[in-house]
Amino acid sequence: MDMKVAKKKLGLKDKYKLMTRDLGWEPSYHSKDELYPYMNYEGIKIHDWDKWEDPFRLTMDAYWKYQAEKERKFYAIIDAHAQNNGHLNLTDARYLSALKIFLQAISPGEYAAHRGFARVGREFPGVGPQVACQMQAIDEIRHAQTQIHAMSNYNRYYNGFHAFADQRDRIWYTSVARSFFDDSMSAGPFEFMIAIGFSFEYVLTNLLFVPFMSGAAYNGDMATVTFGFSAQSDEARHMTLGLEVIKFILEQDPDNLPIVQNWIDKWFWRGFRVLGLVSTMMDYMLPKRVMSWREAWDIYGVENGGALFKDLARYGIKPPKGWDDAEKAIDHMSHQFMLGLYQWSFGTSFHSWIPSDADMDWLAGKYPDTFDKHYRPRWKHIKKLAAAGTPFKNYGLARLCQTCQLPSVFTEPDDPTLTCHRETVYKGEKYQFCSDGCQHIFENEPEKYIQAWLPMPQLFQDPIKGDLGEWMKWVSLLDGKDNGDYAGSEDQKNFEAWRGLATTNQ
Amino acid sequence: MTVAAIKEYLAVPRDRVENFHGKQLVYVSWDHHLLFASPFLLCLPPETPFRELVNGPLGMLLQPDPDAAAIDWQHVEWLKSGQPWTPDFDASLAANGIGHKDQLRFRTPGLNSLMAA
Repeated sequence: MDMKVAKKKLGLKDKYKLMTRDLGWEPSYHSKDELYPYMNYEGIKIHDWDKWEDPFRLTMDAYWKYQAEKERKFYAIIDAHAQNNGHLNLTDARYLSALKIFLQAISPGEYAAHRGFARVGREFPGVGPQVACQMQAIDEIRHAQTQIHAMSNYNRYYNGFHAFADQRDRIWYTSVARSFFDDSMSAGPFEFMIAIGFSFEYVLTNLLFVPFMSGAAYNGDMATVTFGFSAQSDEARHMTLGLEVIKFILEQDPDNLPIVQNWIDKWFWRGFRVLGLVSTMMDYMLPKRVMSWREAWDIYGVENGGALFKDLARYGIKPPKGWDDAEKAIDHMSHQFMLGLYQWSFGTSFHSWIPSDADMDWLAGKYPDTFDKHYRPRWKHIKKLAAAGTPFKNYGLARLCQTCQLPSVFTEPDDPTLTCHRETVYKGEKYQFCSDGCQHIFENEPEKYIQAWLPMPQLFQDPIKGDLGEWMKWVSLLDGKDNGDYAGSEDQKNFEAWRGLATTNQ
Repeated sequence: MTVAAIKEYLAVPRDRVENFHGKQLVYVSWDHHLLFASPFLLCLPPETPFRELVNGPLGMLLQPDPDAAAIDWQHVEWLKSGQPWTPDFDASLAANGIGHKDQLRFRTPGLNSLMAA
């Protein structure tokens, strides 16, 4: 008879050591430089990779166990949402525009982050960051997948969800996010970590996810709320990794400081431009609003960001260069964006609309210094045009910024009545920008940004050659269904009819 | 350094004029008239007379603005690359020195129906 022998259990510390640090080895057939060829060209100096601390002490076996549990819970709720017609519990189908933008522009960014972390996990020589990057790479692909699954139920009933991958690649308003991630993925491993690990995951992520997830909860979108809960503990780990990375780099060598500061300046500004989309979701697209973009900025930007940079000051880090220009833009950007989205709505795979009088009063209350003075007169005129049967469509395509790739909807930091014009000449070719921040980024690495794929100039090149109908096919946009004003759209009619069936006896 | 790279790195600009099938891009913007969310992107042959740019695509695009009918084209103030500039309405874009991806701006002092003063 076999005797049962109690298996020896490893203590947490030993287990962490064996399952992470001990997985590495000293190469003997090849030099370290051959194995890790991208460690030096960015100018960052690392002397001791063992100084890397993993605050979570998470090993891969435990990681799989936690993630599997989260997946089971997530899909159970998603199934229940689909079976119980969860899509009819929304406050209003206008809410779906925010989701469509998120699916087309941001979810593919999760996938891009997955690829980026998988790459830098291979490129860093230290075992600590290798394991941390491996986990984050798997998290990010899980987030892309679960977001797509959470939103797929809406695709059965509503327009604008069906071709998010084509629209990520080809339509115009997504290229701000796409180019953001492409820029980071084509940078070196250290810059990628500062760009995504620190600037995006640590500094800006709250401004992206908190309003989005709270917005989902406020507007009855159980599917997206469930995704949010499922991702929350991952995000906490990502934020910790982002902060660990920057401290590690700065503590390794004083020469690293100016390089890191330059990246913080750059990636703050790039991220801030991506957030322009979010500002519009918060102020205009959520039928039941959580807070204004200004209020979110005050909490997550000014308070939290301010505290962070105070903390980093002991390393010599200063707040990002574009911080003051950002502050000046906060009370304008959501309005400037929504006015643009409305007048170009023939080319968007989501709906926009003229805000109601009640919505305009809300905006005037939240933006007492800017809305009535600058933006209400424009909306009133647009409303008049719509009432006269000549709704405002701006078929003059937009000038895009060479760096952030957004239409240049932004005004001078100190003059909200004048579009911001910036240009530069590089090797005989002219380039236009939306801001000083974007111009500086270009001038720092022009050879990178002259290759920018700008969707609007692209429309006049092969294969479209300026044909708007062909362009719609090419970006998988169904004219009259996916695009245009929410008023009179299929989404509006269907939502009202189906909800009517559920809530009345008609 | 013009890009951080492991070796010499030279790129090709994506929006070279050769890609536009004999046309070029011109950006035009009406100062202090922000009903139009961004400067207009026009794609025209360089032989286009300036007058045709103004009376054709630009004039049509400006219609939704309440000030459009009141523009006196003889007296608008023009800027090219941010510098005061006087176009020759009868000459072509090329003869006017308007290059690929140039930004033109014009000002109409006194006309600002939708702007708070």
